[in-house]
Amino acid sequence: MPAEVHVTIRDETDIVTARQRGRELAAIHGFSKTEQTFIATAISEVARNIVAYARRGEIVLATSQDQGRPCIVVVARDEGPGIQDVEVAMRDGYSTSKGLGMGLGGAKRLMDAFDLISAVGKGTTVTMKKCVR
Amino acid sequence: MSVPVLRLGDVLIASIQAALTDRDLLQLRDDLSDQVGRFRARGVIVDVTALDVLDSSAIRTVRDLAHTTRLRGARTVVVGIQPEVAFAMVQLGLTLEGVATALDLDEGLALLRQEDA
Repeated sequence: MPAEVHVTIRDETDIVTARQRGRELAAIHGFSKTEQTFIATAISEVARNIVAYARRGEIVLATSQDQGRPCIVVVARDEGPGIQDVEVAMRDGYSTSKGLGMGLGGAKRLMDAFDLISAVGKGTTVTMKKCVR
Repeated sequence: MSVPVLRLGDVLIASIQAALTDRDLLQLRDDLSDQVGRFRARGVIVDVTALDVLDSSAIRTVRDLAHTTRLRGARTVVVGIQPEVAFAMVQLGLTLEGVATALDLDEGLALLRQEDA
């Protein structure tokens, strides 16, 4: 298995790089084309939040096993302003900058597991996971 | 990376060839809106066949693009949304409501001709 893949997120082209790396990793580990697309789209959403709110951060892609099934774990980390009310931020339609505000809620629906930890003034870490069906 | 825009009679065809950033898509929106006037186009087709991801921001930009060119007087059809991309869009809850879509370029052109008649 390849080691972790780190992608530094500073601008929009890094968003594309991160989701392409995610798709490649998912393809290697036997995810269907639809699952690959879901993973790539979810990565795109969280990477976009880094660019929009924190300006820079990183995406770490790793693999794991869950009851014999390969899984992809995506960690999106930044040291940006953080999110004041996570529950509200997850709600569809909420956005303090741009977009339809559906990024986080959408990413959660595209993945199997989604966890968001944020501290105001310190940053945000999103951890998402999806396993082969 | 800019998107080449082809002219076919009074239809403009923008064929997106690679993974675009938001900035590229916004540029395309501005280019198409301008070219609709310059070439007096009555139809616009945005071909997204080559796009393997449409996230919420890209979907919003494509929607805005279609609404903008429509307000400029050109019917706009988005063609070539891949099945996996369509599944993901449904999961995101963003389905390009109010924007005409067609399977591919041929169907898109047929739709525009139909509406012309």
